[in-house]
Amino acid sequence: MDLTEATLAEIRDAVRAKRVKAVEVVAHFQRRIETLDNQLNSFITVNPRAMEEATQIDAILASGRDPGPLAGVPIAVKDLLCTKNLATTAASNILRGFVPPYSATVVKRLQAAGAVILGKTNLDEFGMGSSNENSAFGVCRNPWALDHVPGGSSGGTAAAVAARLAPAGIGTDTGGSIRQPASFCGLVGIKPTYGRVSRFGIVSYASSLDQAGPMARTAQDCAILLETIAGHDDWDATASMRPVPSWSTDTIPSPKGMRIGVLQEALSEKIDQDTSTVLNTAISTLRQLGAEITEVSIPKLRHAVSIYYLLATSEASSNLARYDGVRYGYRSRKQTSDLESFYAATRSEGFGTEVKRRIMMGTYALSSGYYDAFYLKASQVRRQLRDEYMAAFAQCDVILSPVTTSPAFKIGARISDPLEMYLNDIFTTSANLAGLPAIAVPGGFAESGLPIGLQFTANHFDEHNLFRVATALEQALPLVKKVPHVI
Amino acid sequence: MISQETIRHIAKLARLEVTDAEANEFAAQLSAVFDHFQEIAQLDTAGVEPMITPSEIALYLRSDQVERQETVEDLLENAPEKSGHLFKVPPVV
Amino acid sequence: MSFDHFDAVIGLEIHAQLLTESKIFCRDSTHFGAGDNENICPVCTGMPGSLPVLNRQAVEFSIKTGLALNCDIRRQSVFARKQYFYPDLPKGYQISQYDRPLCENGHVDFLVDGQMRRVSIVRAHMEEDAGKSTHHGDYSLINLNRAGIPLLEIVSGPDLRSAREAAEYARAVRNILRYLGVCDGNLEEGSLRCDVNVSVRPKGQKELGTKVEIKNINSFRFIEKAIEYEIHRQIDCVLNREAIVQETRLYDADKNRTFTMRTKEDAHDYRYFPDPDLLPLTVEEAWIERMRATLPELPLAMATRFVRDFQLPEYDAFLLTQERELADYFERTNRACGNPKAASNWVMTEVLRNLNETGKTILEVPVPAEHLGRMIRMIDTGVISGKIAKTVFGEMWTSGQEPDAIVKDKGLVQITDVASLERVIDQTLAENAANLEAYRSGKDKLFGFFVGQVMKATKGQASPEVVNELLKKKMQR
Repeated sequence: MDLTEATLAEIRDAVRAKRVKAVEVVAHFQRRIETLDNQLNSFITVNPRAMEEATQIDAILASGRDPGPLAGVPIAVKDLLCTKNLATTAASNILRGFVPPYSATVVKRLQAAGAVILGKTNLDEFGMGSSNENSAFGVCRNPWALDHVPGGSSGGTAAAVAARLAPAGIGTDTGGSIRQPASFCGLVGIKPTYGRVSRFGIVSYASSLDQAGPMARTAQDCAILLETIAGHDDWDATASMRPVPSWSTDTIPSPKGMRIGVLQEALSEKIDQDTSTVLNTAISTLRQLGAEITEVSIPKLRHAVSIYYLLATSEASSNLARYDGVRYGYRSRKQTSDLESFYAATRSEGFGTEVKRRIMMGTYALSSGYYDAFYLKASQVRRQLRDEYMAAFAQCDVILSPVTTSPAFKIGARISDPLEMYLNDIFTTSANLAGLPAIAVPGGFAESGLPIGLQFTANHFDEHNLFRVATALEQALPLVKKVPHVI
Repeated sequence: MISQETIRHIAKLARLEVTDAEANEFAAQLSAVFDHFQEIAQLDTAGVEPMITPSEIALYLRSDQVERQETVEDLLENAPEKSGHLFKVPPVV
Repeated sequence: MSFDHFDAVIGLEIHAQLLTESKIFCRDSTHFGAGDNENICPVCTGMPGSLPVLNRQAVEFSIKTGLALNCDIRRQSVFARKQYFYPDLPKGYQISQYDRPLCENGHVDFLVDGQMRRVSIVRAHMEEDAGKSTHHGDYSLINLNRAGIPLLEIVSGPDLRSAREAAEYARAVRNILRYLGVCDGNLEEGSLRCDVNVSVRPKGQKELGTKVEIKNINSFRFIEKAIEYEIHRQIDCVLNREAIVQETRLYDADKNRTFTMRTKEDAHDYRYFPDPDLLPLTVEEAWIERMRATLPELPLAMATRFVRDFQLPEYDAFLLTQERELADYFERTNRACGNPKAASNWVMTEVLRNLNETGKTILEVPVPAEHLGRMIRMIDTGVISGKIAKTVFGEMWTSGQEPDAIVKDKGLVQITDVASLERVIDQTLAENAANLEAYRSGKDKLFGFFVGQVMKATKGQASPEVVNELLKKKMQR
């Protein structure tokens, strides 16, 4: 069996049928990491107990018991999810060496299903960035073009899965951090409805926006992973009580009769020629497959980036106050005369520039005299944005848009201008603000050979519509044959 | 326009050190960014209830039960400095 | 101008630790006195990715308290983050309610020296407690056992006018909390903490003076003394034309003075905003009514009833209702004897004195109320004398036996039989012929001597009334 090109579903079936041992699967991907990741820098930590865990899965199978629906599947996990007894850094110096005594609920559910955590992947520090250039553990590279960014913040998971260093992985998405790197690396990535997946044990960036989700090479693999990690959790008061559907088995791979709304604002934005071509190809393909193509408009979308950065940084400035060098994590060795300078030394040495910048922005937006104009106002516009989406979903089942205005950019190209970097998140942030599920699927390639993704957004808890349209498009567009050149 | 003085005040609130160069850079960057964010000021939001979270869960409460999953050693394992089972920090008064 | 020309304006913030088993947002025990950091977990240590989940019991205790304080209960209250850095505040923010507290617009009635007073309750909101720092010269140590214990902060209006009133108000609130069983009200252990806001202004002046906050006073007596000191200090300032600084002060009980803790200049910008990890707390009408139905009779209502139904003096009623268990004890005693005044006397004198001497609380009282009631009945029906009753009570206290058994075993039944008492009296008169003569010639005082002799001869069991009657008759002849 070609483990490198096998999907998660194929590996799972083979392990469960004992056609291949879990230890062989894990050993295969560990070998690939060892030989290829020096080019990519997609992993921060590899799990030293992965083989041990695979051995256990094999033992359970040998004894005739059921090791779970993800038996022996190696998973790359973004290093923003806590893993018990395995270093969790958030790609920050302030958490260098931190070993949590607990696991994120997502991780627990993966392990309970028989998956093996292969390692912890690189990211923009605390999830703050869209290029993976803001990592204390170095930039991560795009396997399709090593001088390009893999996107961010889940750049490590995207690069690892695209380069076949893992069959699938977990990312987190606060303003596009699953979808944008998935798009830049030619993968499927889904940000579930807010509340679909427990946030417990996921290092918080912005609590009202963060969601974890799967990244894989097929929609089916994403569905399998999502149904494993989703569902209510006693440890997260914002996690939904709704039952979790069986998307992996119940998805109809045809968009016939679906109403697909093309986002009008996407057409007026300055999207590049390649992206525009890919978008138009998808529209005609879906129409041929029997979908009803309509137009929808979300006028407040043009304010999404402003609202997003005001709210995300406000929440982040608060969520990151706990990194103070008292109970865990980095502590400055500088001699300080008082408590205030002790904190300031620790935090200034521990956080990277982009994180500091966002803490400053959020602190400013919440500070006395500015709260109403920034935090409160943004929260109000957020509701208006959500209401516009609700109105749009009265007319269509899913909304189609690009993920970004252009494919992956070169490392270093945008790092000097934060505002320009932020404005690039125009299409991804609104799903987080409104709490909607959104999926990035491979749509085609640019002239340069870089992959270009497409985004579908659905109403709350309508992930089934995303899987449906994604699966259909995946089968209709002959893209899977292309592989990144690192392989 | 956000002044260097404001930047220093914000940095103090956030417990961050800023050098003169950083204060300068942050002042310029935050000014540009917040100038852009100002665009929402012109929107009419009268009477709109702020949206704090997209979660529409009515209420989730836990029952009053004690449960222990980690030991005190587990929880002190990552402490930069400790004394017995207590976290140790520079003097706070 | 002198002190008499000033009014004091006082408001209290009372922080009550709620008696839940587990913390407000996580599953750690709230047990007091556990080993260092034995009651901590990733949530209350603010570890990355940990999230708060609200404890239902803490909400119910808060609703009950709000109702008992005559507050409106908000249908939707909001938890916010109060942000500041301190080593015993693990997340860098305290989860508290800010602009939408659970309880608002209430009031408390209480007695000050027999006068009814009403103080408004501006709000009562839920929040989490912080940990504890101890200072050791060049380092400090942090214990987070207390971090995350549920607190209800009860904020009074600036309605109090004297130190005494403030202390009585605090006692009244404590008694209510204890009646509800939501807080044990122990100031020394810190399960109840009191911050006081004090300002002074010349009599007749409308606008308030500069407010000074005194933090963490750990006894009712100190509340009174701290406020008294502070009022005098502020009046002195005004009289000496010194400015009163808006600041936070601490009370030093040893020196009986307050001193500056921090001034307004280092006031925080707390940057409150709604906590996105916790959804608004929605409280349906039905839930409130369910809570209302569980409310016990509160101290003031109970005292009023004691006065009205049992004709107890106000002082007795007030004293008996200081603690719910004491009031219950009185009520059960009364039910068993049907003599409220006697029941009240016995509880307030013998019971409280013995508890005091043995260092016990009313919960540990060795004499069941029913036994005491039955003993009082035995007095009222003439089975034993009041004097013997003290012996019986003493015996009940040490042995725990029932009064009937003690009286029977020890032969303590009162002698009311005229024939046998006449025999004893005759003999006594015969043995004291000289004194009898003296009495009959006018020395009235000797009557008591004869009563004493008869009681002595009967080992105190003779009925004093019968003895009196018989003696009077026989000695006149």
